[in-house]
Amino acid sequence: MRKYLFQTAALVLAISLVTPLIANSQESILDKVKERGRLVCGVNKELPGFGFLNQDGQWQGFDVDYGRAIAAAVLGDPNKVEFRPLKAPDRFPALQTGEIDVLIRNTTWTLTRDTDLGADFAPPTFYDGQGFMLRKDLGITSLKELAGATVGVTAGSTTELNLADTTRALGIEVESIVFEETETLYQSYDQGRCDVVTSDKSQLVSRRQSLKNPDDHIILDITISKEPLGPVTVHGDNKWNDVVSWVVYATFFAEEHGITQANVNTFETENPEIKRFLGESGDIGAKLGLSKDWARQAIAAVGNYGEIFERNLTPLGLPRGVNKPWTQGGLLYAIPFR
Amino acid sequence: MEHNTPTTVSEKIPFWRDVRVLRVLFQVVFLFGVILLLAILYRNMLAGLRGLGLTLNLNFLQNEAGFDISEGIPYEPSDTYLKAFWVGILNTLKVSVIGIVCATLLGLLFGIARLSSNWLIRTIAAIYVECFRNVPLLLQILFWYTAVVAQLPRVRESISLFDGAFINNRGIYLPAPEPTSGLKIWLWFLGAGLILAVILYIVRWRKLEQLDRPGFRAKWALPAFLIVAFCGWFLTPGSPFTLDFPVLQGFNFTGGFSFSPEFSALLIGLSMYTGAFIAEVVRSGIQAVVKGQREAARAVGLKEGQMLRLVVLPQAVPIIVPPLTSQYLNLAKNSSLAVAIGFPELVHVGSTMMNQTGQAIPVFAMVMVSYLIMSLTTSAAMNWYNRRINWLNR
Repeated sequence: MRKYLFQTAALVLAISLVTPLIANSQESILDKVKERGRLVCGVNKELPGFGFLNQDGQWQGFDVDYGRAIAAAVLGDPNKVEFRPLKAPDRFPALQTGEIDVLIRNTTWTLTRDTDLGADFAPPTFYDGQGFMLRKDLGITSLKELAGATVGVTAGSTTELNLADTTRALGIEVESIVFEETETLYQSYDQGRCDVVTSDKSQLVSRRQSLKNPDDHIILDITISKEPLGPVTVHGDNKWNDVVSWVVYATFFAEEHGITQANVNTFETENPEIKRFLGESGDIGAKLGLSKDWARQAIAAVGNYGEIFERNLTPLGLPRGVNKPWTQGGLLYAIPFR
Repeated sequence: MEHNTPTTVSEKIPFWRDVRVLRVLFQVVFLFGVILLLAILYRNMLAGLRGLGLTLNLNFLQNEAGFDISEGIPYEPSDTYLKAFWVGILNTLKVSVIGIVCATLLGLLFGIARLSSNWLIRTIAAIYVECFRNVPLLLQILFWYTAVVAQLPRVRESISLFDGAFINNRGIYLPAPEPTSGLKIWLWFLGAGLILAVILYIVRWRKLEQLDRPGFRAKWALPAFLIVAFCGWFLTPGSPFTLDFPVLQGFNFTGGFSFSPEFSALLIGLSMYTGAFIAEVVRSGIQAVVKGQREAARAVGLKEGQMLRLVVLPQAVPIIVPPLTSQYLNLAKNSSLAVAIGFPELVHVGSTMMNQTGQAIPVFAMVMVSYLIMSLTTSAAMNWYNRRINWLNR
């Protein structure tokens, strides 16, 4: 009898443990992050310039800085963030299951991902395009010449699909080899397993540095796709998506108005929009569910867009290209802070 | 008082104290609880998916996959997800079946070698078993891939064997036989040879039965078949096959027959690892046959080979088969570690599908069901074999 009682009790316990899961799903991630006192951010760990562990074991990179900016805006401390390294195929499941609060892992915004993958995108932080890297001594300059070549690509990426589309459109056949780990992909390319590697141009530039002889390789002057990369939040949590989006706009806005990491706390202005931005007047912070000085905290933590770019991507030799404020002919355009 | 017999006592026990009723009742309650728990989990999952704006259905399988798969049956990115999934299943089956054959051969060889009276052979076998059994399989696969196969020369510096086979870090390229018009005629020869072989086999079998002596039943049939096949090859006008040689064209070798480095590394890794376990299974099976059986076999004058074939193996095989089945199942399931090196097997294709469609739960379920079917089929076949040999023993 006692045995049966135990089984029944265990069952009741199990049910009562499961039931709260149903009720809890309505809470915004913003509240969860505040409650936890820590932001969990999914990043790349194999992409110098965007997300990687540096020699001192510290997370560093463009995407990593955005994670710090969000932590600073929400929690007032850029160090209250935990970075979770994710492989490309694991990133959306991690987001869907709530393992991470925000995904900032050079992720391309596409229609299918926006609808079918349960993802909501914040404004792109980096406008990229897909390119090809190969050995200089092959003497190849156009895609048609790649017929019969072996092309390496990362699994679960838009590049994998773009490659298939492009070769079909050109009517050429290539053999594509799909790797789950970025590391294995570039290692195999270096060893000659594939003739060409295709990915976002920023990634090619970044990974070329770690090849045995970077000078032996060229990146073709051809772009086959648009790759708007930006932070991603889970679908349906508008409050949280707003916070992430406006942190991104804050970095754009700061660059437009010359607000930098150094001068953000002493910035003197009579411009009403900048005053609202810095939390000196109005209540835009409260509208987002954040503190009055959220934008100031974010900029003080990582600087404006230009500073983030120069700190992480300029050393790799990446030009700013279209990733400039709209006032200078670029695509970065902050929505009014009103 | 006289009607107070045991039967009337049991009638008086209320049902909530009757052990027989309670036993059934608790089982029903427990079953109900399990079903309730599953229902709650399912509902929870659906609610979670609805929150994300996702729906559960298999319609996406008919959509165009859009991604390429590097090896397997002919497949285009314009084919459906279902076709892509099928390519993955076939690749898993291919590496599993070839792997099982190789692992069994390795296991038999090293299992018997471990019992050898020769110190060197015995020691080499022991070193093989201990090294490969005790290192994680994922590491072994990565080792074969990055430290062995990838270190082979580049395409233009390929190792050439007799100018027909080439080895480089993109694979092993072998000449492939191409059937010609002469093949049909040769097939007639093969058919005739087969009939002859069957007749000779039966004749020899009857003769052995008459003499009541053990012997090799195919002793006449096998050479006869080979002679007919051999003569037929030369009598056929032209040759039944021509060889299609691999040729370096542009970036890669084309033509012929090839193994990719990913497939080779995975196959070597799986075979060596599982082979080490099978070696131990074989050794334990042989050692489980009591010593007296061998001594008795020697006493009646059987030769070493006859002793192994007629006395030891028939008793060892039934002991070997059940653990061998587990090893086969392990090998098939372990092939999923290929994701690390980019061989497009079931899990690799499944994870790409999951990532491109967002249908994680249906794809996961499909992958699980596929493995379940493969494993259950393997088990059923092995169990059938086990029953058959055990029946013969009785």
